[in-house]
Amino acid sequence: MRAFSYEKAGSPAEAAAAAAESPGAKFIAGGTNLLDLMKLQIEVPTHLIDVNGLGLDKIEPTSDGGLRIGALVRNTALAADERVRRDYAVLPRALLAGASGQLRNRATTAGNLLQRTRCPYFYDTAQPCNKRQPGSGCSAIGGFSRQLGVIGVSDACIATHPSDMAVAMRALDATVETVKPDRSSRSIPVADLHRLPGNTPHLETVLEKGELITAVTLPKPVGGTQIYRKVRDRASYAFALISVAAIVQRDGTGRIALGGVAPKPWRVEKAEAELPRGAKAAAAAMLAGAKPTDENAFKLPLVERTLDAVLAQAKG
Amino acid sequence: MPTPRELEMNRRDLMVVAGACAAISAAATGTRAQPAPVGKPVLSEVSFSVNGRRHQLELDTRTTLLDALREHLHLTGTKKGCDHGQCGACTVLVDGQRVNSCLTLAIMNQGAEVTTIEGLGGVDNLHPMQAAFVKHDGFQCGYCTPGQICSGVAVLEEIKAGIPSHVSADLTGAMTATEAEIRERMSGNICRCGAYSNIVEAMIEVAGG
Repeated sequence: MRAFSYEKAGSPAEAAAAAAESPGAKFIAGGTNLLDLMKLQIEVPTHLIDVNGLGLDKIEPTSDGGLRIGALVRNTALAADERVRRDYAVLPRALLAGASGQLRNRATTAGNLLQRTRCPYFYDTAQPCNKRQPGSGCSAIGGFSRQLGVIGVSDACIATHPSDMAVAMRALDATVETVKPDRSSRSIPVADLHRLPGNTPHLETVLEKGELITAVTLPKPVGGTQIYRKVRDRASYAFALISVAAIVQRDGTGRIALGGVAPKPWRVEKAEAELPRGAKAAAAAMLAGAKPTDENAFKLPLVERTLDAVLAQAKG
Repeated sequence: MPTPRELEMNRRDLMVVAGACAAISAAATGTRAQPAPVGKPVLSEVSFSVNGRRHQLELDTRTTLLDALREHLHLTGTKKGCDHGQCGACTVLVDGQRVNSCLTLAIMNQGAEVTTIEGLGGVDNLHPMQAAFVKHDGFQCGYCTPGQICSGVAVLEEIKAGIPSHVSADLTGAMTATEAEIRERMSGNICRCGAYSNIVEAMIEVAGG
């Protein structure tokens, strides 16, 4: 790990301002992803701004009947919250399908959204990777790509976003609240938070330098049967090959978001019109234009079959 | 025999030296060399309590809670396995919650109450979970055991508190310490010897099942 200086922020706005002043600064919250990457010198911040203890760890009702989840709410606390379990079941199901109990006790809501890919070539500093070292090339294309993306990918990068929680947040139409170094704040739909890689896979979100996520809000509950189905190589404590977050209403309409297939939680609102026609039509519409590799082409039928199982489960 | 305290070269020094040697040999053969770590170490003060005892430490900011426990407080019961949050050998309780001590900086734990395997119980006063691991043969080599036991104690508390898991059929109902629940909740603790079934038996006994 490279040496770094450390400060504890006094408020979210101060944290944002401090991050903007120091070019090598990073926020640290749970640390479960950042410290891992710092040990491998994939992340080499020269200054860490600890944002724990800023009062961003509460879950509160919003005026329009939704919930405002503080950025620092731990994954365990979010999955255990009674309102979340009752009204947004797809969210705790996704959270509990990810990581381990120890990691969920520390990992935060905002940190989960901002975690980096687990592409093996991103992690292997001896190999070229456009995300880690822009312009160096992509080792994953033509390499070991079984885990990697099939849609939304580019010739520069086929990494996936590894989060389960973010997939559920996408299905729930969550919104991210931020504060900027100039103390202004803004709301970003979670749908727009992550960028597709294009020629700049090292730019992963639309957040500006120093911009700090302060909360994630959920709109008022939409009911329906909420399911998160994750398919992986081990029964527990493994990243998704693919996952399906579903909110299905009694009339067969609903919302679907996919994990493990793209550089961001993958949802195609137009494709949801196909849901009453079944999984084959809906999956085809969601994955239109997919560019799988030979090694991960299995993900396309796997999405369709998993969606089929999820829709059958929703019917009861 | 030197005690660990007397061994001046710690693990990180060794890795730096090893890295430098690797860089020299790589340079000599003309292959790509990784630059040696640069940047001046930064020291920072932190105080937290471990097993009921208050400690004030001045540490390199890079020091993980795990390294603070092992290298600075010489509490070597907590083990370093992967050092990347994948194996669970370093699991300790911080303010009653289990965490991977390798993935939290010591300085981030100002004011925390840390409990390690040494704080759960000792030879003359075993914690019920330690006694159950002995009774049920819940280990072979023993390296993952402190992490398994700390995690096991916390898992039973999480179940009591009604925190659901991936295998809980009903998200909102009461949680029980079934074999399936324990196996899922303990998946962050890897045992290379494969003592899992005995660990589950030990935990079920402590849970009163």
